[in-house]
Amino acid sequence: MRSNSNKNTLLRAPAGQQVLWLWILPLLFLGVFFFNPLFSIFRLAGAGLIEAGLDGAAWSRVWRTLSFTVWQASLSTFFTLVIGLPAAYVFARFSFPGKSLLRVLTTLPFILPTILVAAAFNALIGPRGWVNVLLMDWFNLAAPPVNFLNSLSAIVLAHVFYNTTIIVRVVGSAWSQLDPRLGYAARVLGASPWRMLREVILPLLRPAILAAALLVFIFNFTSFGVILLLGGPRFATLEVEIYIQTLQMLNLPMAGLLSAIQLGCTLVMTLLYTRLSARLNTPLAPRLQGEGIGTPHTWREKLLVGGTVMVLLILLVSPLAALASRSVMRLDADRGQRGVVQTGITLDFYRELFINRRGSLFFVPPIQAVRNSLIYAGFTVVISLGLGLLAASALTRRVMINRILDPMFMLPLGTSAVSLGLGFIIVFNRPPIDVRSFPLLVPIAHSLVALPFVMRALQPALLSIPGGLRQAAAVLGASPLRVWLEVDLPIIARAALVGAVFSFTISMGEFGATSFLARPEFPTMPVAIFRFIGQPGALNYGQALAMSTLLMMVCGIGIFFIERFRLRGIKEEW
Amino acid sequence: MKSLTKTLAIYSLVVLILAACAAPIQQVAQTPTDQPVETPPTEIRVMTHASFAVSEELIRGFERENNVSISFLPAGDTGSALNQAILTKNAPMADVFYGVDNTFLSRALEEGIFEPYASPLLTEIPPQFKLDPQNRALPVNYGDVCINYDRGFFAERGLAVPSSLEDLTLPEYRGLLVVQNPATSSPGLAFLLATIAHFGEEGYIDFWQRLRANDVMVVANWETAYYTNFSASSGRGPQPMVVSYGSSPPAEVIFAETPLDEPPTASITDPGTCFRQIEFVGILAGTQQRELAEKVVDFMLSVPFQEDMPLQMFVFPVNPNASLPEAFQKYAQIPDQPAELDPELIAANRQRWIEAWTEAVLR
Repeated sequence: MRSNSNKNTLLRAPAGQQVLWLWILPLLFLGVFFFNPLFSIFRLAGAGLIEAGLDGAAWSRVWRTLSFTVWQASLSTFFTLVIGLPAAYVFARFSFPGKSLLRVLTTLPFILPTILVAAAFNALIGPRGWVNVLLMDWFNLAAPPVNFLNSLSAIVLAHVFYNTTIIVRVVGSAWSQLDPRLGYAARVLGASPWRMLREVILPLLRPAILAAALLVFIFNFTSFGVILLLGGPRFATLEVEIYIQTLQMLNLPMAGLLSAIQLGCTLVMTLLYTRLSARLNTPLAPRLQGEGIGTPHTWREKLLVGGTVMVLLILLVSPLAALASRSVMRLDADRGQRGVVQTGITLDFYRELFINRRGSLFFVPPIQAVRNSLIYAGFTVVISLGLGLLAASALTRRVMINRILDPMFMLPLGTSAVSLGLGFIIVFNRPPIDVRSFPLLVPIAHSLVALPFVMRALQPALLSIPGGLRQAAAVLGASPLRVWLEVDLPIIARAALVGAVFSFTISMGEFGATSFLARPEFPTMPVAIFRFIGQPGALNYGQALAMSTLLMMVCGIGIFFIERFRLRGIKEEW
Repeated sequence: MKSLTKTLAIYSLVVLILAACAAPIQQVAQTPTDQPVETPPTEIRVMTHASFAVSEELIRGFERENNVSISFLPAGDTGSALNQAILTKNAPMADVFYGVDNTFLSRALEEGIFEPYASPLLTEIPPQFKLDPQNRALPVNYGDVCINYDRGFFAERGLAVPSSLEDLTLPEYRGLLVVQNPATSSPGLAFLLATIAHFGEEGYIDFWQRLRANDVMVVANWETAYYTNFSASSGRGPQPMVVSYGSSPPAEVIFAETPLDEPPTASITDPGTCFRQIEFVGILAGTQQRELAEKVVDFMLSVPFQEDMPLQMFVFPVNPNASLPEAFQKYAQIPDQPAELDPELIAANRQRWIEAWTEAVLR
């Protein structure tokens, strides 16, 4: 961390004081919109809990739920790393045809409502999914050979499907910043590729891998829809129990206790991570454009790139394709003739989206749902990038207070959406901030989740800025603002884009908080999907799929543009 | 310096676009108040669940007549809407609450979120719907949770459709039924309650154990059960029987891909096999607009709104003067003797019943 201590000598104010100034806005945001509603709901639940008490049976249930939650999250995180790390390497070090498209496609699972992911998996590998139908047809089997929906494997598979993009983006971005000459040097000195990976690359990437793994773990730890819809009713995580206790049993004290446990676990994991990563050096340095990226030459490289692309296509892209193709397919044959399914291509479901057949008050034409979603996502990007930049800058200074404040910003990720949502209702029900009339609450809630991603993405990039460059600029007469714009910004721009993509997708796909906070007249695309799939009828199902396909397309285009939003100096293709 | 201006230009462009996008939201939100009336319309707030829907025309007519603007609050599903009403009962967020059902009714009354209102329209409503003698919660619609079956499947196999809950445990129906977990789904809970009403507290667990032995499929929610597991829906799943609503067959016709003369599904409506869900509307205690709130409640019980409900929310009117739309008259089956349970009994035992069910069926 030599470059940092150099940097600090340049600062006019003592480091601690400067850091506090940077923290003010992010802390205010977190205090008002996170701790404030959370504590008010805990206070309420706590009072009820003291009144009601807890017996041994309840504790043993809590314990059982907690241990399953940790077990499935660990397993899922492990497999996500197994798939994600090679993919991160391939994206960081190789160029191949269709790379940009594949990168956008692998991000899309992140935004899909679980209900549709469940439908997609079912269409692929369910008892009547086409993998089973094909296998049964080829090998003349009587029963479907692939049978693992409603099991732990289904949960793990869905988590890998959702979260691989986190590893690819966070680790991939750090990997592409790694000095490729370190690797060359190791090879020249006689190290095998395996030894180079183990002793040079992985230690350097440890902070990024740890950060990405932590994010993935927390996501899996608080998983809800995947557990319910793909794991089936036999499995329950803490978040599932919180949902049941709150919404079906109206047992807020129990729900509050479970939320507090979940939050406590998140805090412990985050503190652990902070300790682990604090001891690590981050000798990343800004790289030249395209440095270290090449086309695969040896057969090994070709095999690696081809294999990774294959795995990503099968695992992440094929369920998306199944959904999208189903939205233009007519399967509604004469249902008396079972088995003979007449298929045809149709755009009926898309056409129907634009028709308010029942003159309904809450009907929203798709364009408007798209617009609502984009507006909320736009504000989320602005809020989380702005605050994230301040917080990440503060984190680059070595002061004690960071060790306490850093983990605080991870907490919203580990917080039960149901509990926090109710907290919002209790706290924000009078002007100036009123759930009923303050539309910014939706992007604010989304930003709470997006902020840790932005901070994790920006922090390593900020650390990689060589102090010497700043000093040189300052000596040559640049104002602090100019130094920031001409030195810092170009170096961190790529990381900022990663953060922007995450905020954008988190906001586009979010459903839980939105259903609490968005007025029924301004539904987002996920809310519209849920309205369709909540009613029987082929047309409703088709429209839900059509709306999901639109969601994927809008998101894909959005990510594409964010990545093309080139600031000076980030022209290289990562 | 050139790059600085460029960066600033891009930044201000983004801000401008966002501002331009945000502006129309506020305009739309204010439209109802922009009407050319001398006195500005009073705002009245209705809290409801996410399944609520109504014809725009009807609401606009009511707003014009009474010089009000109605705003509907976002509130999530029934449980979450009720939680919100309970948590904010000291400073109510709305004037009227629509949509608490008979499984949650006692809890809502216990928490005192409603104030009584003896609407004159109550005289038109049959007594079996009026579950609160003090008229704090007024019945507004009902629907029956019934087993739906795939007509093609049963016809093709020449299999008789089950005609009682007991039948479901027969070997010929092994693995043919999908139900929802009562801990996470409201029709799932309703079906559990039907079995409790039929077999009694002593017998229902035994029945579920036999059902489990007969390979009943349990999933988390209605959407999965209907669209992923049920064979007669677009998902074409493996089970030909699903716990759904008596109004689902007409919905299959109304929302068919290609026009259908007959729904592909039908409901089993034999005595005691369905559970009747009744939804209530009430005036939230502490409202500042009691008079307007009464008007809204009367409006919801009146014939035009009652006739609008079936096609908007797929529920039935409690007001017998309201006539049903054609598709409902043709295809909806209303059970003569649905199972019913005292709401107080449900409230007192809900948690215990669900936990006992979970032990018997899932563990």
